[in-house]
Amino acid sequence: GCIDVTIEFSGGAELLVGKQKIHKASLPSNRDWTIRSLLPWIAEHLMKTDRPELLIENGTVRPGILVLVNDTDWELLGELSYVIKPNDTITFISTLHGG
Amino acid sequence: MSDFASQSSHSLTASEIGRYSRQLIVEELGVKGQERLRDASVLIVGAGGLGCPVAMYLAAAGVGKLGVVDHDDVSIDNLHRQVLHSESSVDTPKAHSIQTALNRLNSSVTVVPYCMQLTSKNALNIIKDYDIVADCSDNAATRYLVNDACVLTGKPLVSGSALRWEGQLTVYHNGKDCPCYRCIYPEPPRPDMVTNCADGGVIGPVVGVIGSMQALEVIKVVTGVGSSFAGNLFLFDGLMGRTRSIKLRSRREDCLVCGHQPTVTELIDYELMCGSGACDKIRPLKLLAPSERMLATEYAEKRRQGSHKGTALLDTRPVGEFAFCHLPEAINIPLEEMRSLDWAQIAARLPGQSAAQSLTQVVAVCHRGNDSQLAVQLLREKLAAAAVSSDSLSVVDLVGGLEAWAAEVDVAFPRY
Repeated sequence: GCIDVTIEFSGGAELLVGKQKIHKASLPSNRDWTIRSLLPWIAEHLMKTDRPELLIENGTVRPGILVLVNDTDWELLGELSYVIKPNDTITFISTLHGG
Repeated sequence: MSDFASQSSHSLTASEIGRYSRQLIVEELGVKGQERLRDASVLIVGAGGLGCPVAMYLAAAGVGKLGVVDHDDVSIDNLHRQVLHSESSVDTPKAHSIQTALNRLNSSVTVVPYCMQLTSKNALNIIKDYDIVADCSDNAATRYLVNDACVLTGKPLVSGSALRWEGQLTVYHNGKDCPCYRCIYPEPPRPDMVTNCADGGVIGPVVGVIGSMQALEVIKVVTGVGSSFAGNLFLFDGLMGRTRSIKLRSRREDCLVCGHQPTVTELIDYELMCGSGACDKIRPLKLLAPSERMLATEYAEKRRQGSHKGTALLDTRPVGEFAFCHLPEAINIPLEEMRSLDWAQIAARLPGQSAAQSLTQVVAVCHRGNDSQLAVQLLREKLAAAAVSSDSLSVVDLVGGLEAWAAEVDVAFPRY
């Protein structure tokens, strides 16, 4: 079986994943998925660049990118340890500085 | 004394009631709200795409005093989005340009222009004279500076930002559990991960939407209606036509500036902290030695003599920018695309391979001469991987890019 999730990128973070903002993904359900284990999966399957450090730094999401789970700040949900559930939407938002 | 003045339980004049009647009628605002607006002072940091609508709506609404901080002059490529400035104010200070426009709009508003960069030295002294701050700046260093100054002086902060088709808005440090900017972004992003409007571009109405919402939140905070975005992040995606509001974490107890035991108790060096300057101007990189580079005038001379036959001009800008102007002989391979190609794939797209004269030189060119240096480094790696000797093929970049070409060779070439 699979865990179907939506992985979204915005604020420029979509440039790391082929400029596509919304990705539907099926994660193999033979293991538990957390955001911690999702990050290398994204680097391997979605990032169209050989520079994963644009998203991932020291095993977590690099400064300047905010992570949401179902439109809630991941800090309220355990950050890297959050256990991903079917139909979750995980969002990576690059902070904008322009004005 | 007229009957009106003697009977009145508020301090609004007859002309104020007339002028602001359409917002006074709105129940939640009312006379109390109007009095609070008139007695309020708002500091606007940045007189650009966000600062213009913020200043415009707040002056129109009758905010008593508006401070406008900006060190920059109006330039022609600001006008598509910075709608208070006009052609006649190009090359004049933005803060003055806004003052002129606001005086025309509402002469009862006191506008204080600060034609300077907000710094750790002057920020507290300026901010202390205002009730609330709107962050309309364009860079990370200023955003941390404004945040810390607001926390240290106890002012709420209405923060907006935008790039390309998207905008973000949050109200910080407005109430007991409300986070500050540092609570959400404890660590600044690496400078090379930050894109500014000069590099990434921005659509005018997008800053218009976010700036207008900043003005709205300022009005709600000042009048006591209360903000909808204290501790919430509003996201606007103009391309997808989508808006969202995100619940952010509460104030962090261990926040360096607003936490229980703050270590940032005075303003620090924010350019050092962020590794980048407090403006969105593009800084020239110096990755290559002068011998590895070619001046625009040298390349022009090569062309004039017709000795550029064995030379390929490789334009590394994004496809969209190549479309609006390029030199006729240039071949476009964007830097990002180049990363995933090997030398054989790149060479196949360059001219001069099958001609009588074979390829002896590649000149990389971009907008301003930064990416072209990265491209030269990248090409050298790829040449080495393909075992092509640097004796048979030299790779250089054009110093200062097409900006330099326009400045030094062809004044008719578009500058952007």
